Amino acid sequence: MGSIELVCPAGSPAMLEAAIEAGADSVYCGLRDETNARNFPGLNFDAEELARAVDFAHRRGAKVLVAINTFARAGGEDRWRASAKTAIGAGADAIIAADLAVLAHVRDLSPTMRLHLSVQAAANTPEAIRFYVETFGVRRVVVPRVMSAPEIAELIKESSAEVEAFVFGGLCVMTEGRCALSSYVSGQSPNLSGVCSPPEAVSFERTAEGMVSRLSGLALDKTPSGATAGYPTLCKGRFAADGEAAYLFEEPTSLNAMGLLARLGEAGVTAVKIEGRQRGKAYVARVTHAFRKAIDALDRGESTAPYEHMLTDLAEGGRETQGAYNKRWR
Amino acid sequence: MSLEITLGPLLFNWAPEDITGFYERMSREPLVRRVYLGEVVCGKREPLAAATLLAAADVLREAGKEVVWSTLGLIATPRDRRLLQGITQQDEPPLLELNDIAALSLLPAGRSFVAGPLLNIYNGSAARFLVDRGCERLCPNIELSLAAIGEIHRACPDLQIELFGFGRLPLALSARCHHARQAGLSKDTCRFVCDRDPDGQAVATIEGEPFLSINGIQTLSHGVHTLSASPDDLQAAGVGAVRLSPHLCDMSAVIAAYGRYFETGNRERLLAQLRACDLPGPLVDGYLEGAAGMRLAAAL
Repeated sequence: MGSIELVCPAGSPAMLEAAIEAGADSVYCGLRDETNARNFPGLNFDAEELARAVDFAHRRGAKVLVAINTFARAGGEDRWRASAKTAIGAGADAIIAADLAVLAHVRDLSPTMRLHLSVQAAANTPEAIRFYVETFGVRRVVVPRVMSAPEIAELIKESSAEVEAFVFGGLCVMTEGRCALSSYVSGQSPNLSGVCSPPEAVSFERTAEGMVSRLSGLALDKTPSGATAGYPTLCKGRFAADGEAAYLFEEPTSLNAMGLLARLGEAGVTAVKIEGRQRGKAYVARVTHAFRKAIDALDRGESTAPYEHMLTDLAEGGRETQGAYNKRWR
Repeated sequence: MSLEITLGPLLFNWAPEDITGFYERMSREPLVRRVYLGEVVCGKREPLAAATLLAAADVLREAGKEVVWSTLGLIATPRDRRLLQGITQQDEPPLLELNDIAALSLLPAGRSFVAGPLLNIYNGSAARFLVDRGCERLCPNIELSLAAIGEIHRACPDLQIELFGFGRLPLALSARCHHARQAGLSKDTCRFVCDRDPDGQAVATIEGEPFLSINGIQTLSHGVHTLSASPDDLQAAGVGAVRLSPHLCDMSAVIAAYGRYFETGNRERLLAQLRACDLPGPLVDGYLEGAAGMRLAAAL
C-alpha cells in the first residue's frame, strides 16, 4: 500500500500556501464565480492567482485540483467553459467536475486533462463509476459522504477509477448533489448556485430564551443564552416530526474519520479529502498538519491514535462523528 | 396542441390494496395518457409492491394507457444494483424512466429512455448529451425555473419535456432513513415504518411551522407544488406534458382541475379547485419563477 494522498481545501491563495506548507499533497480550489460549489463572497481565485498558485504548488511538489463542480446554468454554459479553459491554461493538475456538460467539454478541450468526478455527481456504485470512466475517461471519483467504509471497500474492488474519500469537516446528511432543501427555502442551492443555506438568507434573533437562528425567516434552531449559535445549515436544524423538536436529520456535528485512515487505506482509497474551503488559513494549517502526522505514522506502520483528538475543538458544536463510515449511522 | 397529463410514480409506501384501487380508478381517467410505475425511493420497498404494480400495469394498458417504468433514484445496495440490472436488461423492456446515472451504463446502447427528475440535468448541453444516447423525454429537476427549461428546449428542440406540476416536491435523498431514525430504528432494521405516512410525515420548525416532509430516505416539501405559469408560457418553453404526483387526496379532482386549466388558463380557478381537494399541505409555486420553492401560491 502506497501513502494516502492528502487533499486539502484552499479558499484563497494564502490558504493554499498554508495547506502546502503544512504538508498537503494536493490542494483543491475554485474560480471566483458560480462555477464552483463554494461560491461565497471573498473566497476563491481569479485566473492570475490560480496560475501563480499552480506555480507555487508545483515548485513544492504539490498538485492543484480545480473544482468546476456546479451544474452549468442553462443558457450560461459559456462561463463553465471559460473556467475550464482558465484551469487548463493555469496548468492545473486535474479538474473536478460533476455536470455531464462540463465533463464532456473538458474532454473535448483537452483529451489529456485529468478529470476527477466531484462528490456532487454522487457516484456510489460500480455502474455509475463505469459510466463516467468509459464516457469521459474520469480517473478519480470523490465518493459521497453517506457511504460506509465496507461499502467503499466493495466499490473499489469493482471499479477502475481511483477513489477519494472525505475524512474531515462538514458532513452532508443528504447524498451530495441530490439535495434541493436549500433552494426550497432560499431559492439557492449547491446544484443551482454553488451555495447551501446562503449567508445572505441567514439571520440571528436574540430572544428571552436564547438565540434563534433563521434561514429565510424559518427558525432552524434555538441556542440558550451564553452558548455559541451554530451556522443554520438546513439539514442540521432542530425540527419536530412527531411531538418534540430534535435534530431530525443530523446533529450539528462534523466528520472526523482520522481513526479510520488505516481501514480506508487498506480498502484501497487513493486519497483523503479535508472539507472547508470557507474556513480560512489557520484552520487548514492545523487540520493539514494533524492529518500529515497521522498519514506519516501509518506509513511508518504506527498507529494514528496520538493524533486523533488534535482537532476536536474545530468541530461544529465541538462534536465529531465518523458519520456514515459506521453503518449504524443509517 | 394541448398539454398532456401524466401520473408520476407513486413515491409512498402504500398498502397493496390501496395501490390496486388507486390505479383502477386512474385507468378510468380519460385525461391521463401515460402512467409511471415503479419504486423510486427505496429498494427495500420494491418487493412489497412489485406484483401489485405489475398487475396495475396490465389494468392500465388494457385501458389504453401507456405505462413507463421508473427506476430507483439512489442505487445504494447490491440488491438495488441487481434490480436495476434486471429491469434495464430485459429482452423486450418497457420504456424506462432513469433516475440514477448508473442506469446509463446498463441500458443497451440506442435504447430510448425518459430522463427522470432525480437525474441532474441542469442545462441544454447536458440534455443534448442524453438525447444523443437515446433520451426521448426529460422531466426536468424540480429546482429548474421555466426560463432554464426554455433554454434546454432551445438547445434540444426535439426533446419532449414533461414538467413536474403537482405534488409534494422530491427535494432530497439520503443513505439514512429518516422514518427509521424517528422510530429509533435504522435503515437496515426499519420494519417499513414509512407505511404509517402515506403522504409523507410533516416536519415543522421549532416555531411549529411545517415546511418539509419525510418519506423513508427521501425528504419532500410539505407544500404541494403547483404551476405558476400559464399554459401558453409552458408550451412556449417547450413543455408538452405535465406530471401529477400521486397523493391520497382526490386525484380525479386534481386531474380534472389541471385539465380545465389547460383549456381555460384560469389559474384562480385551478388554485381554488386544488385547495378543495384535501391536500397534505399548502400550495407552493416558487421554483418555476426561479424563486424559493416554498413560496406560497397566489393567483396571477
